[in-house]
Amino acid sequence: MGPIMDDGRPIFIQIAEKIEDDIIAGGLPEESQVPSTNQFASFYQINPATAAKGVNLLVDQGILYKKRGIGMFVASGARETLIEKRKEQFFEQYVITMVQEARKLGITIDQLTDMVRRGDGKQ
Amino acid sequence: MNRIVEVNRLNKTYGSETVIQDVSFTIEENKIYGLLGRNGAGKTTIMHMITAQLFPSGGELKVFGEHPYENNRVLTRMSFIKESQKYPDVFRIADVLDIAADLYPNWDQGFAEQLIEDFRLPVKRRMKKLSRGMLSSVGIIVGLASRAPLTIFDEPYLGLDAVARNLFYERLLEDYAEHPRTVILSTHLIDEVSNMLEHVIVIDNGKILLDEEADSLRGKAFTAVGPAATVRAWAAGKQLIHEEAIGGLMSASVLGNLSAAERREAEAQGIELVPVSLQQLIVHLTSGKTNGKVAELG
Repeated sequence: MGPIMDDGRPIFIQIAEKIEDDIIAGGLPEESQVPSTNQFASFYQINPATAAKGVNLLVDQGILYKKRGIGMFVASGARETLIEKRKEQFFEQYVITMVQEARKLGITIDQLTDMVRRGDGKQ
Repeated sequence: MNRIVEVNRLNKTYGSETVIQDVSFTIEENKIYGLLGRNGAGKTTIMHMITAQLFPSGGELKVFGEHPYENNRVLTRMSFIKESQKYPDVFRIADVLDIAADLYPNWDQGFAEQLIEDFRLPVKRRMKKLSRGMLSSVGIIVGLASRAPLTIFDEPYLGLDAVARNLFYERLLEDYAEHPRTVILSTHLIDEVSNMLEHVIVIDNGKILLDEEADSLRGKAFTAVGPAATVRAWAAGKQLIHEEAIGGLMSASVLGNLSAAERREAEAQGIELVPVSLQQLIVHLTSGKTNGKVAELG
């Protein structure tokens, strides 16, 4: 079996996110070639059509582009675009949930800010 | 998209017993389909009709645009691997492969030999001396190396261990990527194959229960776990497909996509949300307690 996919979300979205992660982490630099859909399919043990759908999602967003007869490449400026998008998601997914949980436990926003600083110090 | 199989209001009856009732679906070219359902649901009957081994009692059936019965143009383009395949007693593995090589126009001998090595099969051994797992491996090799435009696997892996099943999945995906073809896979091991399927058809009691893209079924159902009163209130008005209670806790599985805001709201109330896998979803939908709930899925 390939790396585990999350059952709760469509695979093509998860494939797109894995490619995004790789671009953000620098594993796939801008203007470098992205693995083929068949390579993704075989690595993650998923249907090639599903892998293609994930790749095409990023093409539609201008993150990847197609060079005819060669394959898919990471667009210039893709990393910056993705980081901006992820910052918004970070706010939605982590900050709001954290504030919600903090309120439940009676933690004030000042105390929460202190805790974030303390957490930063432990890095 | 080319239609490889077209089934329209298909029926199969034995005397007064109806085993397939008004079944309609289309199989499109070069996709991997999962034909799923409980034992006795009618999967094998449908596959036997597609492969011209059974006559329908009513309805229309076209394979490659033609009637499949005694039609060589259709039959040479199909490979049907079934669990209960019988072989003549004197046949060795090598004989089975020789016949397959003659039978299938796209047969790849090199691929077959590589698979024999992968599955560690003794080619000179007689079929009747093979273990259950080895018999299944022979079927899988014939199914893969035949590269038939329509390849049907009906529970192909009785007796195969996890390693061999995994090998089958890997080889199927690799070879399918290089030589796209239409594959119908019927199995009970839904969790193992769900990532490979492009489309899922679920048969229950001789009828179609679901006919959907596999990826779109992900995230279609959630199980909410939490204090019984909270979960009950949360699930009210939602499409409930399964519920269980233990002590003060309750788990309720509901159909429907949840937005990020809905999730947060549920979690803020102390409800834990877990996605329902394709296998669990089918178990819930075919366990007989949820009639009529499925229409909402489509």
